[in-house]
Amino acid sequence: MKVTQKDVDHVAKLARLGMTDEEKDRFTKQLSRILEYAETINKLDTKNVSPTSHAIPMKNVFREDKTIPCGNMGDIVANAPSAENNMFAVPKIME
Amino acid sequence: MKYETVIGLEIHAQLLTESKIFCGCSTKFGAAPNTNICPVCTGQPGVLPVLNRKVVEFAVKTGLALKGQIAKHSIFARKNYFYPDLPKNYQISQYELPLVVKGHLDVTVNGETKRIGITRVHLEEDAGKLVHKGAAGLKGSTSSLVDLNRTGVPLMEIVTEPDIRSPEEAKIFMQDLRNLLVYLGVCDGNMEEGSLRCDANVSLRPEGQKELGVKTEVKNMNSFRAVQKALESEIKRQTEMLGSGERIVQETRLFDDTTGTTTPMRSKEEAHDYRYFPEPDLVPVEVDKKWIETIEKTISELPAAKRARFMKDFGLPELDATVLTDDKALADFFEECLKLYKNAKNLSNWTIGELTAYMKTKKLGIKDINLTSSQFAEMLGMVDKGTISRTSAKSALIKMLDEGKSIHDIVSGSGLTQISDEVKIKMIVLEVIQKNHPQVAQYKSGKTTLAAFFVGQVMKETKGRANPEVVNRIVSEELNKA
Amino acid sequence: MELFELTAHELHAKLDRKETSAEEITKSVLTRISKVENSVSAFMSINIDEALAKARDIDGQIASGKPITQLTGIPIAIKDNLCTKGAITTASSKILQNYIPPYNATVVEKILQAGAISIGKTNLDEFAMGSSTENSAYKVTKNPWNLKTVPGGSSGGSAASIAADEAILAFGSDTGGSIRQPASFCGVVGLKPTYGRVSRYGLIAFASSLDQIGPITKDVTDAAIFLTAMAGHDPKDSTSVELPVPDYRRSLIDDVKGLKIGIVKELLGKGIDEAVKRSITEAADLLKKLGAKIEEISMPTFEYGVPTYYLLATAEASSNLERYDGVKYGHRSKEADDLLSMYYNTRREGFGPEVKRRIMLGTYALSAGYYDAYYLKAQKVRTLIKQDFDKAFAKFDVLISPTSPTVAFKIGEKVDDPLSMYLSDIATIPVNLAGIPAISIPCGFDNGLPVGLQIIGKAFSEETILRVAYTYEQNTEWHKQRAKL
Repeated sequence: MKVTQKDVDHVAKLARLGMTDEEKDRFTKQLSRILEYAETINKLDTKNVSPTSHAIPMKNVFREDKTIPCGNMGDIVANAPSAENNMFAVPKIME
Repeated sequence: MKYETVIGLEIHAQLLTESKIFCGCSTKFGAAPNTNICPVCTGQPGVLPVLNRKVVEFAVKTGLALKGQIAKHSIFARKNYFYPDLPKNYQISQYELPLVVKGHLDVTVNGETKRIGITRVHLEEDAGKLVHKGAAGLKGSTSSLVDLNRTGVPLMEIVTEPDIRSPEEAKIFMQDLRNLLVYLGVCDGNMEEGSLRCDANVSLRPEGQKELGVKTEVKNMNSFRAVQKALESEIKRQTEMLGSGERIVQETRLFDDTTGTTTPMRSKEEAHDYRYFPEPDLVPVEVDKKWIETIEKTISELPAAKRARFMKDFGLPELDATVLTDDKALADFFEECLKLYKNAKNLSNWTIGELTAYMKTKKLGIKDINLTSSQFAEMLGMVDKGTISRTSAKSALIKMLDEGKSIHDIVSGSGLTQISDEVKIKMIVLEVIQKNHPQVAQYKSGKTTLAAFFVGQVMKETKGRANPEVVNRIVSEELNKA
Repeated sequence: MELFELTAHELHAKLDRKETSAEEITKSVLTRISKVENSVSAFMSINIDEALAKARDIDGQIASGKPITQLTGIPIAIKDNLCTKGAITTASSKILQNYIPPYNATVVEKILQAGAISIGKTNLDEFAMGSSTENSAYKVTKNPWNLKTVPGGSSGGSAASIAADEAILAFGSDTGGSIRQPASFCGVVGLKPTYGRVSRYGLIAFASSLDQIGPITKDVTDAAIFLTAMAGHDPKDSTSVELPVPDYRRSLIDDVKGLKIGIVKELLGKGIDEAVKRSITEAADLLKKLGAKIEEISMPTFEYGVPTYYLLATAEASSNLERYDGVKYGHRSKEADDLLSMYYNTRREGFGPEVKRRIMLGTYALSAGYYDAYYLKAQKVRTLIKQDFDKAFAKFDVLISPTSPTVAFKIGEKVDDPLSMYLSDIATIPVNLAGIPAISIPCGFDNGLPVGLQIIGKAFSEETILRVAYTYEQNTEWHKQRAKL
């Protein structure tokens, strides 16, 4: 599967990943090669095969509806690159 | 060309659990910013979600009440998109295999009952709250602040089939759904506070056509009234456009309550690619028959059934029954009173009338007021017996509610007992006649309607306590004698 | 022998006999670190003061009669993708350069409660993505056996620290071979448990359905001890199993008589170094001599493991790494006038090329129009690989193979060819896809560089693979050799 620069631009946008032009060019080539290799899985017939999401099948794991206070919420906000009034501050969100 | 309106609704209900959906933080509203948080709901590196059992039970309960099919095997999925109120930049939701499918809710519009299909009910986590600085809202703001208290609060998403055919129907559906959820005890149904949210998909198609027209999504409707208004506005807009040959653009539009109209959300609609895939950190949920039966047992009488019972068993008209049963707590109070006071219609009038008016003014609910069912029943009994007049009882009720006293205390305290003593009344009538010669003369010359004037004066003298029947009779007698 | 040269079980015996103290052991290890760390560069951070303080504290507790566990007083290196409360945890990425976790990973909490001593955080490939530790944003760790070669990855720092005696036990994590391959390159023992055996809570996620934490140790006995201490159900991890944890030491029996061992045909053919093939074949012969039944088995789906992995693991990773956005923690770009710029520039500056590559791959595999062809298809192939293993384990008790097709390669040799780097995981990846356990133990040398033997078992058969590993180890001397630093 040939990956085009347009594909790379689109995927970088979805992943909010900034990239230099040089990186875009390099990735376009590398991703093409890797995907081509990944496509070898198409050799296998999986028509009647169900997908595996969990290698070790489990079900119904729950916790009870009880409040457990955190104890050190301050440590969480302390990691903020920018905070105001105990809230995480972010630059302007443009529509 | 006549067009048919096609509306589908997407509702989000915050569930009334103690703790969040995937962690043990409290769901209590109104805490100081970033105090109901923990590593899990703030998306720290390395954390994992664990599903709250009660959340599943509430969704199943809702699904059963909506006559839906509970999935034998249900899974969670990641919905990936970047936004500051979403700490992981993905929301844990459900995509394939939701918890409930294929239900319905019957609503009554203009006397006709109609079935609105429910496509699915699924679970997901709520996002945080943004506070924008430098402007009133998002537009033109210079920065924003993120409060993650609300991230992880459990949400139940209910999607209807495009079965709704008018804005009024949509409003009624929302109200009925809300009542159902409140009755089930799974949500407190407050649109203004955001515990119940509604988005709509609207389209028009020529009558008779099977294919759906181009739909627009309408958001930001924050009350039942707003739902109706917004849809009316959007239908008007689409009708006008189609009428002048314009094409409807598929877009998201925000409702503005002040203008009563919708405006497009984005100039260029960027279709989100959410890249849904099964959530690897959570395992499937399998609700077996036994569990369903246990949950089913927790469902008590639902609003539609209660309304029908009130009409049938108590002989109440539909309007009364509807108002009473819309609020479960009020309906319960009503039935409590009925155990002690048998006149259902009179009880209904006082409940829907005076009592509700008081609660509306004071912005209180039936559970918050100072009135027990026995106190209410007692007061109504005294009016029936004639111990106090209806007018006195109205003011007495206010005093009971304000001060929490019983009718006995109020009546004996402020001398509110109805005066039925004919001797006393005759004395006052004679006094009034004495003071109002001109009116007596007018009465005698044929203006018999002036009797009301004299009755009014007597009532004024007795501060409303005189028994109106007796006053009327004695006034007539004495005027005829005069 | 110096204290730092000993194993955990040997040190425990000494502590038990009051022949040494926690402080002495810690001092010995810290001295060793100060001597060789400049050459090896295994650590991101070293806890000199805290380690000594804790050691003294433990000695005090022992003196007042507190019973000691197998881990009491033992210095442990922790891979820097495990969250340690109050101590910077970077995942060897610039995007977390100043991140201080507000909580401990469950396994860290467990060993600290057991009286172990955290000696420092070790280097890794950024976000555990790599097979050489060259993808670390901070430093290159060297293989103690030959400082011009890589220690393997992604747990290269942990494996090197054990091989260099800079720690007695080390935590590693394994998503496609990241414990076993570096253990193989560094001539030490590395075990990836069955998926769900050990809690992932606090492990900075790479690929959620594949990640597992496991021990990297000097010998099989230490691996058994360490695994016993870290394993067990965790209510904070929905994917951790509620099975009781046996005392894995009990499975250390020097006996493989009658055991049916399958040797994977596809991993002894093309693409495997001759020297590696030789060591594995010799190991198989020894096991046969010791009474096991060895037979070749074909695992035809093995060759699809790597491509499947590079679609599934990258897809999950692309999602797991979305949270690194400059909003809540870690690096935020200075070029952040608006939200979008902040996202783009923070992630551009904070992620290295391999991480970016995998995010791109994974996002692509999940994107509209490609989900069915890539992600869904890969999940189906995963089922086929699992079925292949199920068939194999119906016939055999364990499977063996080389851990890696080569011995440690030169630093810089494969950085420019990602695909070639990915192929070094060909033997380890299928194991993660099936969720089953596997151990790598030293089984020879090629020009002074260690060769690793991989022993694979079915789900929750750690006892069996430990037994085979122990038997082999007790009948050889590879584990007694030490890198000359």
